[in-house]
Amino acid sequence: MLTKRIIPCLDIKDGRTVKGVNFVELRDAGDPVELAKIYSDEGADELVFLDITATVDKRKTLAELVTKVAKAINIPFTVGGGISTVEDVKFLLNAGADKISINSAAVHNPQIINEMAAEFGSQCIVVAIDTRNVDGIDFVHTHGGRKATLLRTQAWAQEVCDRGAGEILLTSMDHDGTKAGFSNELLAEISSALSIPVIASGGAGSMEHFKDVFTFGKADAALAASIFHFKEIGIPELKSFLSNSDISIRK
Amino acid sequence: MKIAVIKYNSGNVQSVLYALERLGANAELTDDPEVIRAADKVIFPGQGEASTAMRYLKERKLDQLISDIKQPFLGVCLGLQLLCEYSEENDTACLGIFPVKVKRFVPENSQEFKVPHVGWNELENLKDNPLLKDLPAEPFVYYVHSFYAELSEETIAQTHYIHDFSAMLHRDNYYAIQAHPEKSGLVGEKLLSNFLSI
Repeated sequence: MLTKRIIPCLDIKDGRTVKGVNFVELRDAGDPVELAKIYSDEGADELVFLDITATVDKRKTLAELVTKVAKAINIPFTVGGGISTVEDVKFLLNAGADKISINSAAVHNPQIINEMAAEFGSQCIVVAIDTRNVDGIDFVHTHGGRKATLLRTQAWAQEVCDRGAGEILLTSMDHDGTKAGFSNELLAEISSALSIPVIASGGAGSMEHFKDVFTFGKADAALAASIFHFKEIGIPELKSFLSNSDISIRK
Repeated sequence: MKIAVIKYNSGNVQSVLYALERLGANAELTDDPEVIRAADKVIFPGQGEASTAMRYLKERKLDQLISDIKQPFLGVCLGLQLLCEYSEENDTACLGIFPVKVKRFVPENSQEFKVPHVGWNELENLKDNPLLKDLPAEPFVYYVHSFYAELSEETIAQTHYIHDFSAMLHRDNYYAIQAHPEKSGLVGEKLLSNFLSI
């Protein structure tokens, strides 16, 4: 049976992880490769690296990191952050990334999804959608959730699917950082409507929240950052909790 | 030991090379027939679309080379599908090593079953085969695919998604894995090291 995926997310700046990480066994808390290896050994099903660097040397530093990660770990990983062209994608896939994730670039130029999917195959194109509820209506936001667009989240999710996205990473900015649970209602609506997998992000605070997002939220995978980095929840205990709750999980 | 990884117009095969490197094996990515024929083991990886890949292989006469090869040969993902007889993906005649048809997943209920089949799923009904030696109980492997090979006499392991399909095939010196062993954690590493020991 196909299992639900648990995906830790690492924020990368200038080739180092940012946001606190709280692993006693880490020699260097900022080394993304070491952190990736620990997550992989602990049973993470996939990893996401989100690059938040804003320098001109960005691509080179990121590609070097991607290669180091690809050499070190034996599970799939996605790289996102500032990717806007077919060339960017080619560069990162050649460096060893399994998938790339695009966000704002797709909103500004939806056709780029078709182009990337045609060039590299849908399986490696993840479209990240940041959503926020405004007066009862879900709108796509860009720039880390700060800038509203006129796109309805549900319609945009359908459009990126039709254009050839392989997966959707849906982050609810209303839930992100609250630790009060995922945006299950919206997730369920989108996941049920689409023929491609949906990765839920934003709001994880407890093991129950993961159970809820896989049952009520109908998510195919769940992503979280700080609760894993700060060891509030360990991946092995989360997986055994979910498995005991009758969620299909890789052991 | 010399390992040749066949280079063709398929998706990124870098991760296969890295996985072999982690096992301490030295692999060469090549489309040179001489290098492939001289290798001790040949790996045929790939993601992508069947008809484009077949056209490329034929143009370079790699189709004949693959059919004639005598060394242990491992097809991975699209590599498995191309070793079959026929693929529904753009109505493509494939290499015919395995007398098996490759079909598209058609979910009866698209809410429950999404296509592509993406993620970790279990290998079941394992046959006694050198490729499957000493795997852990309930071995999970990582899949990304929209087409599958039907069950056949050559099936040595199966996986269930919508229905059962061939997770692995074996005939003579040809082995094939639908999942991505290079991305399947310790199980994947074991599969690759088993192949290198054949």
